[in-house]
Amino acid sequence: MELSGAQILVDGLKREGVEYIFGVNGGAAMPIFDALYGETEIKLIPMRHEQGASHAADGYARATGEVGVALATSGPGATNLVTGIATAYMDSIPMVAITGQVFTHYIGSDAFQECDVIGVTRPICKHSYLIKSSDEIADVVAEAFHIAKTGKPGPVIIDIAKDAQKNKALFEYPETVDIRSYKPQVHGDPDQIAKAAALIKEAKRPMLYAGGGVVLANASEELRQLTLNTQIPITVTLMGLGAFPETHPLAMEMPGMHGSCCANYAFTDSDLVIAVGARFDDRVTGDLSKFAPNAKKIHIDIDASCIGKNVPIDVPIVGDAKNVLTELNKQVSTADIDPWRAQIQEWKQKYPFEYEQKSDVVMPQYVIEKIYEHYSDAIVVADVGQHQMWAAQYFKFTEPRQWLNSGGLGTMGFSLPAAIGAQLGCPDKTVVNINGDGSYIMTIQELVPAVTMQLPLKIFIINNMYLGMVRQWQELFHGKRYSAVDYHDNPDFALLAQAFGATGLRVEHPDDVEPALQKAKGITDGPVVIDFIVDEEENVFPMVPAGKGLGDVIRGLS
Amino acid sequence: MNPEERHIFSVLVENRFGVLARVAGLFSGRGFNIDSLNVAETHDKSISHITLVTHGDAQIIDQIYQHLNRLIDVIEVTDLSTAGTHVERELVLIKIATDDPRKRTEILQVAEVFRGRVIDMKPASIVLEITGDEGKLKAAIDIFNTYGILELSRTGKIAMLRGSEK
Repeated sequence: MELSGAQILVDGLKREGVEYIFGVNGGAAMPIFDALYGETEIKLIPMRHEQGASHAADGYARATGEVGVALATSGPGATNLVTGIATAYMDSIPMVAITGQVFTHYIGSDAFQECDVIGVTRPICKHSYLIKSSDEIADVVAEAFHIAKTGKPGPVIIDIAKDAQKNKALFEYPETVDIRSYKPQVHGDPDQIAKAAALIKEAKRPMLYAGGGVVLANASEELRQLTLNTQIPITVTLMGLGAFPETHPLAMEMPGMHGSCCANYAFTDSDLVIAVGARFDDRVTGDLSKFAPNAKKIHIDIDASCIGKNVPIDVPIVGDAKNVLTELNKQVSTADIDPWRAQIQEWKQKYPFEYEQKSDVVMPQYVIEKIYEHYSDAIVVADVGQHQMWAAQYFKFTEPRQWLNSGGLGTMGFSLPAAIGAQLGCPDKTVVNINGDGSYIMTIQELVPAVTMQLPLKIFIINNMYLGMVRQWQELFHGKRYSAVDYHDNPDFALLAQAFGATGLRVEHPDDVEPALQKAKGITDGPVVIDFIVDEEENVFPMVPAGKGLGDVIRGLS
Repeated sequence: MNPEERHIFSVLVENRFGVLARVAGLFSGRGFNIDSLNVAETHDKSISHITLVTHGDAQIIDQIYQHLNRLIDVIEVTDLSTAGTHVERELVLIKIATDDPRKRTEILQVAEVFRGRVIDMKPASIVLEITGDEGKLKAAIDIFNTYGILELSRTGKIAMLRGSEK
């Protein structure tokens, strides 16, 4: 039967099991939105800004492991998606972003709301398609989903000319996808895995270094087995938090710029680093010349181009983390490294994350600790900045996909829309959004769909009236010249929440933190926003200053 | 800094619009250089062959190889500089002024040395076609420069592995 291109698209999305589409309507995408009108199998979530749509699709994908779908019109609609697409790309999140495009015969003519979306997004997506004819749509949708979720996941863009949406074609959905030029290598080379096992056996000061790839590959269980089999201490990066329970004695917590001293010292002294789905990011390694100087390195990654990019690798293993760890687990046993374990425990005990509690002002770390007490099982969606680091430090994550944040691109404004996506994807979970005053206001408009859908989001703002992380750098490296970071002129977020139709609370005293969190727990028919007014000039420590080695970590101001 | 090496990549890609932009974008986005680039359809119309000459230290060359492989539309990447012995050719068209008839004879003799072919002759100019490897073309261009080159156009390098080395 012949269907319109838009209907073929929607039917294709159904075949892919899409539950939600996050979108903003507009001229060149109207046929698609029309095809979604009254649709029950796929729920269309109207967001208030296309950036919100792409972050919501991203949050849905991070929380569920399924492909998130965002939809926008041509031109400005598409360019507004770009930040969310780049965010997903940097963190390898499976997403399909669909954009309307002007009529085929207008393409290239600087038509109204025309933009070369394929050109704009080329460096920030895994792949992209421009569709000029209805009969291409079914195949492209199937390919796009296949590409988005296999191998190293990532966003795929489908740009569809308006006439291709309107014209009719036969709907024939491919049963399987076979792309001759795209065959991700999922099984690790057995010889390399054997070499890795041999190195692990010899090492005296080995450490595991796991990243977001473990979460993406759903390999958390295999990682736990490897850690427990070998009893090798483990550090999990910002992107991987929850892949291994931070409450476990072998957990050294997060490494890097604001990571634990223990993890950073361990890198510096280690003789074998076993990296799994982590990419030796500059925020983890610090000065490369001083990074793990005495260690051999094993690197397990699905993306061959990631291996050896920043740090020379002794044993590269290209493959899916789940497969490789399963094989590796068959070849390892408890490591004979008692003195090293004792050293790790000593560092852990000596240098925990710590802060100075105050009686008259709310300390941001205290708020996080209390959030953890009340919501230890929740999905935590953080934004970007100081609050993100405090949340990563003081909330103890125990499960994969429990912690969602924009680690790679560091996109402020990510968290509120991402929390919406996460809540829709995981309706039975409590979703806590830990936000900053600077990041919250960047996508605050997305409170509207959250209120409309009565999502029980817990939105906790760590409000220090500054663009805090930048202010911290200005304090430490720019002689306290606080250029463009003073946010004291922000509105009252509690009152503003009420104007949006949400519950809004304001907390200014340490004694009120606990009761406010209690109260928030009882509100289940819509979002609750608590504006925690915290110590304005508290800094995030430990800190490895940019360009320094991990051994040069500053533990605190004192 | 590690020593820089010149490498020739043979890249088979899907013959679709936008593929060249993806390949070129990979280089520009990472600050890698393309020294020469040649793209054309193969005997299989669905496949294009890109011959790409680039340079960089071993780490950069490895990154180029990996990133080319990572592009969805790339079917196969071969680093001809390491994969075995290969043959390579370039073609150049050179237009030379021949207002002085005595000069014309001399130019034709030089062209003979380089096995050049005359593909156009006008009273005041001549167009020569010369193929060869980079060294030969450079020698030819250097000589013809002394006669006054009016215009020059050359293909990038095209290359493939010898015999059954594939």
